[in-house]
Amino acid sequence: MHEMSLCESVLQIIEQQAKAQQFARVKTVWLEIGALSGVEPEAMHFSFEVVMQGSLAEQARLEIIEVPGVAWCMPCGCEVLVQQLYDECPHCGSHQLQIVGGDQMRIKELEVE
Amino acid sequence: MCGVCGCGEGQIHSHDELHDHEHAHDHNHDHGHQHHHEHTAEHSHAPGLTQARMVQIEQDILAKNSRYAEENRRYFSERGMLALNLVSSPGSGKTTLLTETILRLKDELSIAVIEGDQQTARDADRIRATGVPALQINTGKGCHLDAHRVGHGLESLNLPEHSLLFIENVGNLVCPSAFDLGEAHKVVILSVTEGEDKPIKYPDMFHAADLMILNKTDLLPHLDFDSAQSIQYAKQVNPRIKVLSLSAKTGEGMENWLTWLKVELELQQIAYT
Repeated sequence: MHEMSLCESVLQIIEQQAKAQQFARVKTVWLEIGALSGVEPEAMHFSFEVVMQGSLAEQARLEIIEVPGVAWCMPCGCEVLVQQLYDECPHCGSHQLQIVGGDQMRIKELEVE
Repeated sequence: MCGVCGCGEGQIHSHDELHDHEHAHDHNHDHGHQHHHEHTAEHSHAPGLTQARMVQIEQDILAKNSRYAEENRRYFSERGMLALNLVSSPGSGKTTLLTETILRLKDELSIAVIEGDQQTARDADRIRATGVPALQINTGKGCHLDAHRVGHGLESLNLPEHSLLFIENVGNLVCPSAFDLGEAHKVVILSVTEGEDKPIKYPDMFHAADLMILNKTDLLPHLDFDSAQSIQYAKQVNPRIKVLSLSAKTGEGMENWLTWLKVELELQQIAYT
């Protein structure tokens, strides 16, 4: 359940931002989570609710923007979509894939008041 | 809450004071838009109706851990140290591999261990019995070590230059893969008593590791484990991964591992000088 630590980091960022940007309550949190980031959106929702209790984001809604995995195939030089880290290139069947997208976990935007 | 000094997560202490700025990270951000500007975007709201507004953050959730990891990495490189993050599922033989490694190298190298476990100091006690310093970090409810805790561990260990530091992570093939500790390499240990399909069942960890150790090879005659298949799965997830097969118990294959360690430590010292 590293999603729990991730939510704790999200809360820390929110608290920092609350001071810097002068807001008292968070209504919505948008996270950008890559398909290859090792984060389970369902576990993230569960942890979010637990971690945000008693904070300025207690009632906040969590919106997860899922970003697809993208890799660059070294042998054939094209960018391909991948679901898993062990996928093969759909064109040439190679596993020589360099992940170029979809491994991020970012806090993107907040709706606050 | 930090398990070492008890400081609160958000509390300012020496790491924060030293590193209150963003670094370029070593992990892949090829696609990245690593902008850390923090501006408010006032979306159109009718004035007076609501005070709700949008705040754009655009920040990595793990940015703070990455800053601590960067601090640790600098600590290691300034001292010509080799730090390795040992990861595996529980029961792969990490502690036995460590004690056997230490017994073979402790007369020629300065070695220390940071032990991560949810509870107890049993592993640290086993390491200390070999005569090298070991620091136990109990993660409690947490499932992995983070760079902040390791940073505190480094302060209290106060290791000599050119040391070899093993960080024995919590037995868990999922969570520790996401947390950079500032190590030179993650080394994943897979024992032959597990399924050969572990690399594709837990791809994140095998993708993050640079070296896979196939341990307990002395048991192969009694098992149906297909070593070639497990290596193929690991390469499928991570084409760059290197593989060493050994038995920490009988010593078979240990020489290659010791050579790898010495060469890697040597490389750190070339960078240091």
